[in-house]
Amino acid sequence: MSADWPAIRFIVNGESRAVRVPAMKRLLDVLREDLRLTGTKEGCGEGECGSCSVRMNGELVNSCLVPVLQAEGAEIETVEGLSSNGALHPLQQAFLECGGAQCGICTPGMLMAATHLLARNPHPSLAEIREGLAGNLCRCTGFIRIFESVIAAAGSTRGHRGPADHAR
Amino acid sequence: MGMSQKNRIVGASVPRKEGIDKLLGRARYVDDIEREGMWHGATVRGSIPRGFIRSIRFDRRTDWSEFTVVTAADIPGKNHIQLIVADQPCLADGVVNHCDEPILLLAHPDKHKLRQAVAGVEIEYEPLPPVFTIEESERQDVVVWGSDNLFKSFLLEKGDVDVGFAAAAHIVESEYRTDAQEHLYIENNGVIAEYDAESGVTVWGSLQCPYYVHRSLVAVFALSEDKVRVIQTETGGAFGGKEDYPSMIASHAALLAMKSGHPVKVVYDRMEDLAATTKRHPSRVRQRTALDREGKLLAMEIDLATDGGAYSTLSSTVLSRATLHAPGPYLCQNVRVRSRSWATNTVPYGAFRGFGAPQACFAIERHMDAIAAQIGMDPVELRRRNFLHDGDTTATEQVMREPVILDRLLDRALAESDFYSKRERFARENAATPIKRGMGIAAFYHGSGFTGSGERYLNSLAGVDVTPEGKVRVLVSSTEFGQGTNTVLTQIAAETLRLHYEDVTMAPPDTGIVPNSGPTVASRTAMVVGRLIERASLQLLEMLRAKAALGNEYSRDEFFAACERYRAGHGEVGSLVRYEAPPGIHWDDQRYRGEAYPAYAWAIHVAQVAVDTVTYSAEVEEFWAVQEAGRIINPVLAGGQVEGGIAQAIGYALYEKVILQNGHMANSQMTNYIMPTAEDVPPIHVFFEEIPFRHGGCGAKGIGELPHDGPAPAILNAIMDATGVSFTRIPLLPEDLFAELAPRPASVSTRPVEETATV
Repeated sequence: MSADWPAIRFIVNGESRAVRVPAMKRLLDVLREDLRLTGTKEGCGEGECGSCSVRMNGELVNSCLVPVLQAEGAEIETVEGLSSNGALHPLQQAFLECGGAQCGICTPGMLMAATHLLARNPHPSLAEIREGLAGNLCRCTGFIRIFESVIAAAGSTRGHRGPADHAR
Repeated sequence: MGMSQKNRIVGASVPRKEGIDKLLGRARYVDDIEREGMWHGATVRGSIPRGFIRSIRFDRRTDWSEFTVVTAADIPGKNHIQLIVADQPCLADGVVNHCDEPILLLAHPDKHKLRQAVAGVEIEYEPLPPVFTIEESERQDVVVWGSDNLFKSFLLEKGDVDVGFAAAAHIVESEYRTDAQEHLYIENNGVIAEYDAESGVTVWGSLQCPYYVHRSLVAVFALSEDKVRVIQTETGGAFGGKEDYPSMIASHAALLAMKSGHPVKVVYDRMEDLAATTKRHPSRVRQRTALDREGKLLAMEIDLATDGGAYSTLSSTVLSRATLHAPGPYLCQNVRVRSRSWATNTVPYGAFRGFGAPQACFAIERHMDAIAAQIGMDPVELRRRNFLHDGDTTATEQVMREPVILDRLLDRALAESDFYSKRERFARENAATPIKRGMGIAAFYHGSGFTGSGERYLNSLAGVDVTPEGKVRVLVSSTEFGQGTNTVLTQIAAETLRLHYEDVTMAPPDTGIVPNSGPTVASRTAMVVGRLIERASLQLLEMLRAKAALGNEYSRDEFFAACERYRAGHGEVGSLVRYEAPPGIHWDDQRYRGEAYPAYAWAIHVAQVAVDTVTYSAEVEEFWAVQEAGRIINPVLAGGQVEGGIAQAIGYALYEKVILQNGHMANSQMTNYIMPTAEDVPPIHVFFEEIPFRHGGCGAKGIGELPHDGPAPAILNAIMDATGVSFTRIPLLPEDLFAELAPRPASVSTRPVEETATV
C-alpha cells in the first residue's frame, strides 16, 4: 500500500530520508510514526503549545501544522540531533543543571525553540528570551528556570545574569 | 542521622534523576510506545447533560466488522470506577449524567479510521432536566444524584460563634467565588492495555497512582490482584489530573484489548482531554466575621459550597481539605465552618494541586483585605494581630506543637518586596497615570499528607533493596511526573545510606515489582514516603551490621561487599517498612477534631500588579514567595515547584476560564483556554526558611501544592490596592475589570450609544 505514494525526500538531523506516505500527513506524524523519532511531542495538534517544534531550513515550525509535502528537500532538525557522541548540547546541559525540565514533555520543543533563538541571537536579553519562547507552553516550571537555562547556555547576556535577576 | 550536619546529598541541587533521558528526547511517554499487533481505541461519548439512552445505531457507511465495539454489557466485573463511592460507571448503561459520559468504545488497527467511526454511532436519548450550578443543585427541585444532590457535608465547630458575634465591634461579611480550572498538563491522558486469559490485564500509562488504577481494574474485570499489573510510563505533567481519571481510560483500553485480542492504545487528543477529564471544583464561600475594636478575630462563620459535577469522585476529600483550610492561618476561639459538595450535570470535578485549599484560601485571604478596608486597618497589620503561633490551637483544636514562624516569613516578605514603600509610591503615582499599580499579600498554610486519619488508612509500604549489580533501588509506587519524586527519594536513600547519588536508582513504577506506598498526591511524597525510605535505609544498615559485619564507618565498596555477604548467607538484600503515625497525632472522624495534618507548610506571598485602565488588562509585574516547608531536599527542584505553582495560580486568577455550555466545555482547545506564556509570567522571587520536621523524610514537609494556594488572593488584593475595588470572583478577566472600572455614562440612559460604522 505504502508503495503507491510517491517518495518524499528530506534530511533529518543530517541524514537523508525518504518516506512514502500521503502528502498531507503531518510532519509530526511522519517523524514519530514513520521515522520513529519520538522525541518530538504532540501537545495540542493546533500549533498552540509548541511541543512539536522542529527546525526546518533554519526556521522554527510547529510540525503538527506542516504537511510532509512541504518538507520535500528540506533540512530538518529535531531534539534527537542536538547531542553529539553522547555529549549533551550546551542547552541540554544548562537545562539539566538549572532545572529547566520538569515533566519533560515540552522540553524537546523548548530546546528547539531555544536553539533557534540562540542561532539567530547568541546573546539575547531576557525580554528577547521571553519573546523567543512565547510559542512554547510549559505548565510545570513557570518558565523562570527555562530562562535561566538559556541564559546559562548563552554564556552571558546583555545586562542579565544569574537567578537573582529576572527583572524585565 | 538524616538531619545531622553531615548531609552531603540532601540539601544539594543534584540533577534530576531522569533528566538526561528527557533532554535527549529518549524518555518514553505512553504515545511513544508501540506494542506488537497494537490497535487503537476511541470513545463514543454522550451529547446531552442528562437523560436515558433510548437507542444506539451504527451507520451503514462504516464496515463495522473491522472494528471491535465494547459496551457496558462487555464488562466482566463491576461497571464502576472504584474510588471513594462506587457511583461512576465505567461505561454508561442506559443513562447519562453529563455531556461527555463514555457510552461505547471502538478499536481498529488504523487510528485514522476511528474519528469517522465515532461520528458514525448515533445515539438517541430521552432527555431529563439537568442541574448546572451550586444554586440549582442546593434547591433540590431537580434531584440528579442520590436523594438530595449532596455528595458530602462537614460541620467544623470550635467554641461558640454566637458569643463572638454578640461581643463584636465589627462584623464583616462577603461572598467569594472561584470557577473551574483545567490542569492543562502538556501530555494528554493515555494508556496501552493488553489482555491475556492466563496472565490477566497489563496496563502502561500516564498516571500518578498505579495502585488506584490497579484497584479499579480488579473490580472492572473481577480478577484477583495478581492478575492485574499497572506500569507507569514517563508522565508529562499531572497536577492531580492523573490521580483518578487514568482508572477510567485504563479500564476502557483493557476492555477493548480483551475483546479485540490485541494490545490497544487509547490516547486522547487535546479537545477530548479538555472536555472529558476532571477539573478543579468551582466554589462559593460566604464569610461572616466578628472582630473586636483592635481587629482581633472573635468569631468566624464560614459557609462553603463546591460544585462536584456528575459523580462523586474525590469531592468529599477535596471538600474536607477545603473545610480545614477555610479559617486560614489565624487564631480564633469561635469558628463554624459548614461545607457541602453538590452534584451537577457536568464532567466530574476532581483532584487538582491544592485540592480544595486554593478555593478556601482565596476566600479567607480576600476577606481579610475586605475586613481591613471596612474597619480601616492595614491588611498586613490585621493579619499580624491574628496569626497562629506555637502552642495555639487551630479550628480543629490541633495544638501547634511545631514552630510556627509566620511573623518571620511576613517580615522577610515585606522586606524583600519593599512592600510599604512601593505601596505608598504607587498610591502617589496612580492618580496621574492610566496604569494603576498595587501591592497585595496572602498568608496561608497547606497541610502536608493525607487529611485526618488518611495516612493510617493508607498504611503505606515502601523500601529499598540492593541488586547483585551493585545498585540500591528505591521501592515505591510513588511516581515521577515532573515534580521530582525520583530525585528526592534517591537523595534521601543515598544520604541515609551514606552512598553516592549515582549509587541509588528507582525501581520501575510497576505494581508487579514495587509495594503500595500510597498515591502520589497530597504533598505527601517527600514527607511521608521520604520518611519511609529513610527508615527502610536505616533498617537495611542495621541488618547489614547485625548479619553481614558492616562496620559503623564504611566506604562505598565496604557497603556493597557487605550486601554480597548478606546475599550469600541470607538471600535477597532488601528492607521494607510500613507507615507509623508520628506520636500525638489523633483524629476524630466523627467530631471532625484533632490533628488534621501531621505538619503544615507556611507561606507569605506578595504580588505587585498593574491594571491598565485603557485596555482593562491586569498584569502581575513581580511576585515574592517566602515559605517554610521543612528541610529543602533539593533547592533547584523545590524552587521550580514554587515558581511553577505560582505561574499556574496566576492563570487561575487572571487568565483561565472554563466556559460551560449545557454542561460541556465550549472552549476545549489551547486556542481559547488561555494559560500564562513565557511573556506573561513575572519575575518570581522564592525564599525558603528551613525548619526540619522531625517526622518527615530527612526533615521535609510538603511543597508541591502550597504555591498554588496564595497567588490568586494576593493578586486580587493587589488589584484592590490599585483600583479600590474589592473583586470577589476568579478568574478576573479584562471584561470583568471593564464591567467594574469603566466610567459610567453621565446621562440617565443606560442604553449604549449607537455609533455610525466608519469601517
